[in-house]
Formats: sequence, structure tokens, C-alpha cells
Amino acid sequence: MLYAILCYNSEEAIGAWSKDYHDQTMTRLYAVNDKLAREGRLGPVARLLPTTAATTLRKGREEMVIDGPFAETKEQLLGFYVIDCASLEAAIDTAKELARANPGTGSYEIRPVAEFHPSQLPDQKKPAA
Amino acid sequence: MNDLGWIDPVLGAARPQVMGALLRYFRNLDTAEEAFQESCLRALKNWPQNGPPRDPVAWLILVGRNAAMDQVRRQTRMTELPDEAVLSDLEDAEASLADRLDGEHYKDDILRLLFVCCHPDLPATQQIALALRIVCGLSVKQIAQAFLVGEAAMEQRITRAKARIGAAGIAFETPGAPERAERLAVVAAMIYLLFNEGYSSSNSQEVEARKPLAEEAIWLSRLLLRLFPTEPEIMGLTALMLLQRARAKARFDESGNVVLLEDQDRSLWSRPRIAEGLALIDKAMRHRQPGPYQIQAAIAALHARATRAEDTDWAQIDLLYANLERLQPSPVVTLNRAVAVSKVKGAQAALDMIEPLGERLRGYFYFHGVKGALLEKLKRPDEARKAFGQAIALANTPAEAAHIRQHLDRLSAG
Repeated sequence: MLYAILCYNSEEAIGAWSKDYHDQTMTRLYAVNDKLAREGRLGPVARLLPTTAATTLRKGREEMVIDGPFAETKEQLLGFYVIDCASLEAAIDTAKELARANPGTGSYEIRPVAEFHPSQLPDQKKPAA
Repeated sequence: MNDLGWIDPVLGAARPQVMGALLRYFRNLDTAEEAFQESCLRALKNWPQNGPPRDPVAWLILVGRNAAMDQVRRQTRMTELPDEAVLSDLEDAEASLADRLDGEHYKDDILRLLFVCCHPDLPATQQIALALRIVCGLSVKQIAQAFLVGEAAMEQRITRAKARIGAAGIAFETPGAPERAERLAVVAAMIYLLFNEGYSSSNSQEVEARKPLAEEAIWLSRLLLRLFPTEPEIMGLTALMLLQRARAKARFDESGNVVLLEDQDRSLWSRPRIAEGLALIDKAMRHRQPGPYQIQAAIAALHARATRAEDTDWAQIDLLYANLERLQPSPVVTLNRAVAVSKVKGAQAALDMIEPLGERLRGYFYFHGVKGALLEKLKRPDEARKAFGQAIALANTPAEAAHIRQHLDRLSAG
């Protein structure tokens, strides 16, 4: 079954990472990616720009375009993974691996995927990792 | 691998809000700073064992407040002491504080902190030093190194700034909308000045030393944008700095010489910063309230969007500079516009545009550099040589002079 693992953390804290700490953490996270890829379990992965770059379209009788996310929260959605997991336990184990690679504050929300359409982007449209 | 590397960024990120709240309680910068230090020390002891608290900001405020209360209580009798039982029950207190912080309250705290650092009685240099110390949490030593001055001199600058603020009194009421806007502009100007301190150095070693200034400026600007998420000029300011900073790696060659924008290796430009800068300028433009930061960011965005130097949309850049000239008339803006004009309408049109600036920009290095380059293009070598000679005499750094000498060499060779 496919699970989305949604990464929440304080973007202020992530933004305060030193370059060294950033590089070390990303190396550890990419190692988890590689392992999942080897196991044939890794779906799309995305890291999002800060919420200051976000815009929200609020639906309604009159549509509203809002600067930033709709609701202000202490932890922000910073990115997500789509991963094939045999069970919820396996999904939790994967989230724990990510947490070990990137310890500290924040949380991973594990959400089973109801419907999934693989990427149809031409290769050159994909931003570099 | 350092398992505890996550703690410092959490403390750093919490700093403006925690300092802002502590300043509201104690109404004194030094007390607030000491309280914050104490709470950080306790976090460094407590968090590695117990893990991060549910709400690090609330935790730090409570612990810092308690620590300072103990201190203050020893010195004076305070009438309204908080209920010990409530404060010692950290989980409950943390939760209730967290709830209150959810309101608009915390914005006022951070804003007050920024406004205090940008107090109108302070000269810009002191505003910057104070913001770096109080809001960003850089040590006096780090600030001194970035400004290439001694630690004692920087310490004195900060102490003086604090004394002035103390004498003037800190305003604790929330300012009304017009005053808020005015002071917001002062904070934005301080941030951009700070950025330029970190960016404008013209040799690579100096840039390395000053790099933290540019980074802190971007960090402060994002902080400001979170407080004013709908303010197009703050989007513009943040975008402008991100887009300029994106070019950092390409600005100097291996021997530390300046590489001009059109000669830069664009593959060295930082893609994530450009993506964020472009996203912000796109958002800002939707508001249709142009301002100087947005226009400058839009110009930087046109450079960022050009895959090769020759793809640059100079006609659009010329138009944007014309708008900037209208909003913020200055001979330096006109000089910058002339560079765009030379690409669109040719060197003669650009030269005609800058000739009238000679009087006001007589002492400005770039004026003579640009003039020399235009004359060179118009095949007027003698006049070009004269302009380059004046530029060298006015060069601020050996790197600037070396760059102009390359032009002179080319003239002699041609």
C-alpha cells in the first residue's frame, strides 16, 4: 500500500540550520532515499520552499487569493514522500528512519494514499535535487 | 555525526519571539538577554535527555522568565509574583502560554523587538549592530569580525546603542497603522543596508568574512515577511536579496577578482534561491503596488531568468529603471539605467543620458568606469582612457582598480 509521509517542522528552525548541519542532514536523508529506492519502495519525493513563498486560493462564492498558507501553524508542511509499505508498521518504521536521519523537533504524518497518478512531467521540467 | 546539531537552530529560530516576550515582561534589554541566555543553557542541559519540548518557544519563555524572576526577586520586592505552583507545572503553563501565543500577541512582541533595534534616535550603524546582537543573536565577536573592526570597538557601539534606547525609553504600546508602516520602512531599510554591508565588498576574502551579514539580512527579511505576509514591498525586499545572493558563488574568480554579471558562470547561481526569489516577486506583483524593492527585485529577476547573458531582456530592464527613477530619483539609478539603455539603444544614447550626471557623480567610481566603457565602445580611446584614469583614482579596492586596468590594457592593445 502507498503511504504519504508528510514532513512537518518549524521552517524558522530549518532556515537557521548551518550549512554544515544542512549538508550532513541531507546526506543522511538521501541515504534513506537510496535504501528505499533499492528496495523498490520509493515514490515521488518533494521538498517545498518556505510558506512565505506560498499563495492560497480560498474557494467560495467569491474566490480569494491569500498570501501565505491558509492557516498559520507552529509547524509547517515542508515536504513529503510517497512510499510503498507493506503495513502501517512498516510505514512507521520508515518514518522512524527519517526521524533518525533528521532528529530534533517536528513530526511525520503518515497518510495512506487513496489514489495515485504517477508523474507525467517531461524530464527537463523536474527541478534538480 | 553530531546528534544535537538540531538544538542550536531551534534556539536561534525561537530567539526573536522569546526575546520579544521577555522584553515585554522585563522592559529591559539586558535583563531579557540574560534571561534568554539562561533559558538556552537550561535547554542545552534538558533537551538532549528529554527530547525537544512540545513547544520550544513557550518552554524557553517560561524558563527564561522564571530564571530572571528569581534574579529580580533577589534585587527588589515585586508585588505581583506569579503563582509558583502554576509556573512549576511546566507542561500546563507551557500549554496555556502556547495558546496565548497563537494570537496576534507574538507578532507585537517580535515587532517591538525590531522597532527597538531600529529606534529613530540610533544611527544606522548602531541599528544594524544591535539587530545582529539582539534579534539574530550573533556574538559581539562575530559582529566585529563581519564589520572588520575590533571586538572592543563593537562592544562599545552596542553598549552605546543600548544606553541611548534606555534613555529614550522603550515604547510598549502597539503603534497605530501609520506609525507602524513608517517604522516598518525603517526596519526594511536597516535590513537592506545590512545586506549590502555583506554583499558590496569587492574582494573574495572580505566577502567570506562578511557573508554572515547577507545571510542574517535574508533571515531577518523572512522574519519580517512572516509578520507582514501581505506586504508587497517586504516580498520585494526578500526577493531582491535572495536573487542577488543567488549569484554569490559566481561573483569572484579563483584568484579573487570580480566577475561582472555578464561574464558570470550562470551554472554557479543558486537555483533554490532563484526559485524562492522569483516566487516572491510573482506574488508581490499581483498586488499592483510597486515600490523600489519590488522594482529592483524585478530587475534582478530578469537577470535570473536569462539562461545566457545575451538572453537578458534589456528593454524591460530599461523600463523598470525608468519606473525606479520616477519613484526614487537618484543619479545612481540613472547611471544603472544607462547600462540598460546602452544595450537597447546603443552607447551614444547611454552616454547622452549620463553626461548631465557628471557634476553630481564626479567622485563616484562607477560613473567613470561606465563612462569609460561607453567611450571605448564609441571608439573614442583618448577620452575613454581619461575616464578610466579617473575611475582608478577613485577605486575603493585593488580589485576595482584591477578591473579598470583590464579596460586600459585592451585600449592600448587595440
